[in-house]
Amino acid sequence: MKKEKKGWKDLPIGLVLEAGSSKEFETGDWRSEKPIWDSEKCTHCLLCWVYCPDSSIIVKDGKVQGIDYRYCKGCGICAEECPPKVQAIKMVREEK
Amino acid sequence: MIVARTGNEAMAEAMRQINPDVVAAYPITPATEVVQLFSKFVHDGDVDTEFVPAESEHSAISACVGASAAGARVMTSTASQGLALMHEILFIAAGLRVPIVICLVNRSLSSPINIHCDHSDTLASRDSGWLQIYTENAQEAYDTTIQLVKVAEQALLPGIVSTDAFIISHGMERVELVDDNEVPKFLGERKLNYSLLDVDNPVTLGALDLQDFFFEHKRSEIDAMDHVLPIIERVQKEYGDKFGRYYSTVDEYKMDDAEVVIIAMGSTGGTAKVAVERLREKGKKVGLVRARVYRPFPKDAMLKAVTKAKVIGIMDRADTLSTLGGHLYNDVRSILYDTATRPLLKNYIYGLGGRDISIEEIEAIYDELFNIKKSGKVDKNIVYYGVRGE
Repeated sequence: MKKEKKGWKDLPIGLVLEAGSSKEFETGDWRSEKPIWDSEKCTHCLLCWVYCPDSSIIVKDGKVQGIDYRYCKGCGICAEECPPKVQAIKMVREEK
Repeated sequence: MIVARTGNEAMAEAMRQINPDVVAAYPITPATEVVQLFSKFVHDGDVDTEFVPAESEHSAISACVGASAAGARVMTSTASQGLALMHEILFIAAGLRVPIVICLVNRSLSSPINIHCDHSDTLASRDSGWLQIYTENAQEAYDTTIQLVKVAEQALLPGIVSTDAFIISHGMERVELVDDNEVPKFLGERKLNYSLLDVDNPVTLGALDLQDFFFEHKRSEIDAMDHVLPIIERVQKEYGDKFGRYYSTVDEYKMDDAEVVIIAMGSTGGTAKVAVERLREKGKKVGLVRARVYRPFPKDAMLKAVTKAKVIGIMDRADTLSTLGGHLYNDVRSILYDTATRPLLKNYIYGLGGRDISIEEIEAIYDELFNIKKSGKVDKNIVYYGVRGE
């Protein structure tokens, strides 16, 4: 959704914007590696959810549902934090 | 009420009467007393202020930014190295348009280390987007502190009101105070267009602003500076009408027919006024202009003040270390460029590190300026006045 960019006279004073505007800024296309989540292996410990810096682990009723690729930058922290005995998240090269 | 107060005490009294919601500060010589006295007011229950004794000036001003964005009326105090440590956040406060007021005491920036007066500290921050007002005495410091809170909140710009270290900050003077209950009435409540504490109407503050919007936001900040002088003039007049003491952005003294003029800032204005009186008694057409408001620069008022001057001596209590002389000299020189009859200018850098400037020395400067008027030429544009070895 492209918006017409405002001139300086029409901007609110003092760098104030509507709350939650970062939602409109989808950072998923920054990714060079992509986390693949395996629902079979996942123990739902939620460590990935705790550590994800972009709130890209989708959780519902305490259970991981998947990864929000609109915002996931592919940093790999989730795969790193997933316990070694579980290894439910694997990083793969992003191919387009 | 007429009382005896030092500059620091006068500023602390103004803060007590303003009763800000938040003061976050870290004490530093020679502004320590402002915060120290104010913390006593907090302790004694004379104010309702949330007082935050921070661990550094960087933290103090950062807390001020947050509190002001939350909607509080916020003040702090510092000097010299303290202001330098705040430097990064000064630009952020101005960009976020939070109307914080700093009661500042002008002290030399290191090195060499020194605790006495010059204007190098605030002048190093002149491009940060803060209003800057330099006062001549304790009375003006008191009055301006109250005025600046109102100006800052109306313009949504932060501001610095300053006194000269020790000369004003620690000099005891006769000061007339406004009644305690008159100050909150004069200031009114701070009007908010948002508050970080308003959870029903959340906002994003200070988001990343790249190529597509940074310039527009900066332009809007510049526009606020372009339009603040009428606000300052209006508040000065309101204050005068109410409390009887009138101020102007540019303080003119015996300028009506003055041909030889000195422009100065801070306490030197008072010293120079005595020199002007002495020379006037001898029939000499001398005058003084004191740049009270320095940022933004009151260009029109300054041009109007010096319109009849043939020779102007500009006294700077700091140097730009650019080979181009002092800050005030460069500003005045710049605004005179487009005038039809440019007066002759000479820059006197003086008083660095608190070196005294006497009435006699200023009289001698006027004499020198008369010689320039006679000869019609300036041999040396920039001189270092009162330094050994010249």
